[in-house]
Amino acid sequence: MYFLVAVSVFFTLLIFAAIFYFAIRYRRRSETELPESVHTGLTLEIVWTVIPFGITMIMFGWGASIFFTESRPPDDAMQIYAVGKQWMWKLQHMEGNREINELHIPINRSVKLTMTSEDVIHSFFVPAFRTKQDVVPGRYTTTWFKATKPGKYHLFCAEYCGTNHSAMIGWVYAMEPQDYQQWLSGAPKGTLSEAGAQLFTDLACVNCHKEDGSGRCPSLKGIFGQTVLLAGGGTVKADEAYLRESILNPAAKVVQGYQPLMPTFQGQVTEEQVVELIEYIKSLTPQTADEPAGRRR
Amino acid sequence: MSTQVLQERQHYLNNGYSLKSWLLTKDHKRIAVLYFITISIFFAIGGAFASMIRAELITPAGDLVSSETYNKLFTMHGVIMVFFFLIPSVPATMGNFFLPIMIGARDLAFPRINLLSWYLLIAGGAFAFFAMFAGGVDTGWTFYTPYSTTYSNTYVIATALGIFVAGFSSILTGLNFIVTVHRMRAPGMTWFRMPLFVWANYATGVIQVLGTPVIAVTLVLVFCERVFHIGIFDPALGGDPVLFQHLFWFYSHPAVYIMVLPAMGVISELVSTFARKPVFGYPFVAFASVGIAVIGFLVWGHHLFVSGQSVYAGLVFSFLSYFVAIPSAIKVFNWTATLYKGSISYATPMLYAFGFIGLFTIGGLTGLFVAALGLDVHVTDTYFVIAHFHYVMVGGTVMAYLGGVHYWWPKMTGRMYPEGWAKLSALFVFAGFNLTFFPQFILGYLGMPRRYHAYPPEFQVLHVASTAGATILAIGYIMPAIYLAWSLRYGEVAGANPWSASGLEWQTPSPPPTHNFEEIPIVTQEAYDYSHVKREEIEVG
Repeated sequence: MYFLVAVSVFFTLLIFAAIFYFAIRYRRRSETELPESVHTGLTLEIVWTVIPFGITMIMFGWGASIFFTESRPPDDAMQIYAVGKQWMWKLQHMEGNREINELHIPINRSVKLTMTSEDVIHSFFVPAFRTKQDVVPGRYTTTWFKATKPGKYHLFCAEYCGTNHSAMIGWVYAMEPQDYQQWLSGAPKGTLSEAGAQLFTDLACVNCHKEDGSGRCPSLKGIFGQTVLLAGGGTVKADEAYLRESILNPAAKVVQGYQPLMPTFQGQVTEEQVVELIEYIKSLTPQTADEPAGRRR
Repeated sequence: MSTQVLQERQHYLNNGYSLKSWLLTKDHKRIAVLYFITISIFFAIGGAFASMIRAELITPAGDLVSSETYNKLFTMHGVIMVFFFLIPSVPATMGNFFLPIMIGARDLAFPRINLLSWYLLIAGGAFAFFAMFAGGVDTGWTFYTPYSTTYSNTYVIATALGIFVAGFSSILTGLNFIVTVHRMRAPGMTWFRMPLFVWANYATGVIQVLGTPVIAVTLVLVFCERVFHIGIFDPALGGDPVLFQHLFWFYSHPAVYIMVLPAMGVISELVSTFARKPVFGYPFVAFASVGIAVIGFLVWGHHLFVSGQSVYAGLVFSFLSYFVAIPSAIKVFNWTATLYKGSISYATPMLYAFGFIGLFTIGGLTGLFVAALGLDVHVTDTYFVIAHFHYVMVGGTVMAYLGGVHYWWPKMTGRMYPEGWAKLSALFVFAGFNLTFFPQFILGYLGMPRRYHAYPPEFQVLHVASTAGATILAIGYIMPAIYLAWSLRYGEVAGANPWSASGLEWQTPSPPPTHNFEEIPIVTQEAYDYSHVKREEIEVG
């Protein structure tokens, strides 16, 4: 960052100084004067092509390495789900706490957000954490951050989303871990996966997806994070994105050996309920270490 | 030369005064004047929208206009300025007027198509006007889906149709320029004797012809989804919203170069004429234009770093984006080097050229910030990006446009503009511009998101500074409108070559005769050869 500013200031001053110096030193002294010609120097052209190119490659490398780190949440990150809709942020903690336009997090702990939108594209932007990620309907995107100082930070929607775009704002409260625990305990009982288990029964998923594999549909036990063989060849990793797709559009990727019997739940379940179902399915796999959805192979 | 002689001589302006002689003209110079009037009106409207935006942002609360109105204001500001001012700006006016004359041709290759392209811009503008007066459009000039296809209740279709039709105007202008440059150069006018303004417009023509059809197709797809509910972009219909962004920026990033390349061409002319020296590194500047046109097609994904596109795509687009920075840097270095040991005049066009180089340098260097992946995550969709592209589009293109208008004004109208007023307005534009947009870099870095009707109070000081700057900038823009109109009647009569410039356009009388040259010139010199230019050489001829 300072390097970028320094380079920019240097070149801006260089150009400004050169223009001012030349403009004054070589100002027109008579209307008829004809300046002598100066020959183009190949060396000079090469120098001012190669040097800036070298500098920009340093910038590229720096920017890319930060971006790479930013796109890989650490394995021990705590999971929080976010759903954007016109014009609010809905956040769900694993422990069952739900918030709107407020997000409470502990400091010194990596937080991974898995996000989707109910309608148009939004963007989750916390300037203080230098984080921004578009929230796209129809799929999950993820981002992560780690707060280091307790405090209250702006949360903005950064992607224009309609009439009250500028009101789709809130606050992130970064708290000492013990304060965070206390805040969590003030919530209604029932974790996300418990709510998901209830839904799994209510929606009659359990009738076909029998745990022992005797049902008409594959058992979901131990499935999360595994590579699944598909009918018609090919494989897919059973991550959040695949589970979400299979709930809302089950015919898209059918597991090998099974018929496409499952009805779609598009419109039957909300994005929040999809998250609960996914968390329940994840809980069927022992010690799910919250493997990042983006990681492949 | 007396006024009397000027009035007797036949030229393109006194060759018929009827409305028909203008509206059905096939003369590239008259069509350029039609464009000039048209886009000046668009610029005034787009500017009025900008003023209302800046007025709203004086206070943190959204109190001057409603959110709906504010969203329509910034959308229509963007649509009008991008599609109806910046894209036609330099090529359709000065390019149309001077590209044929600079290469020693009597007209463009397809005069009727040239007239058609003006009518297409008018037709497109009519759709946009309908949308504006019927109730406006609120999608942002970027029309991101699924908001534009499913959720917005405003005049998206009318606006999209306007842009669709105006796009054909742009394609036809580009096509006309390409063919003209290939086929109509005067004897001896080799490729490397062409003025750099012609090179820049040629490169622009290539982008217009190859890029614009993509936005046309994209808008048709938006139309299909919005009207017939065919799922293309909206995931609820089975579409992919990010696909729209790829298609949109595949055109709209090269479109940035449609807007700025011709402006760079103007600057090459100005710097050479007012330093009275050939442009330093001519072939490098010429090939930089072509390089920008080609590489410009490969970088669209840098608008999508936080959109959810793959990390590896982000890496590739960031890498390629740094490539496109280099030809721009080469141009800036060469213009600066042209000044070395020159004979530098401080006439108004040169002041605008200095302004361009300074502001474009800042606009370009901040482009390096937004091309850096890690940093873009923080500053994208904030005022930093707004400031960055206004430095390029306004600090660059509009400065060059005004510089070019002053430079060629005596040739186009036969009258000089008032120098004192013009210098003052150039100063107002430069100062006002910086005060308007520099604070926006800081605002963006502090986290102020773009397209916000209301904002947290800690950003107010910088917003007030920006609005104050916009006021000065507005004065700087209104002044030329008045004194240029005044000069049409009262300005000093201009000779054929008031700047002792070297281009072919200065070797014919002001204003030029209908067929540009009494006799087609035979070119024997390189571009920018001042040793043969005699002051007011042709005046009596």
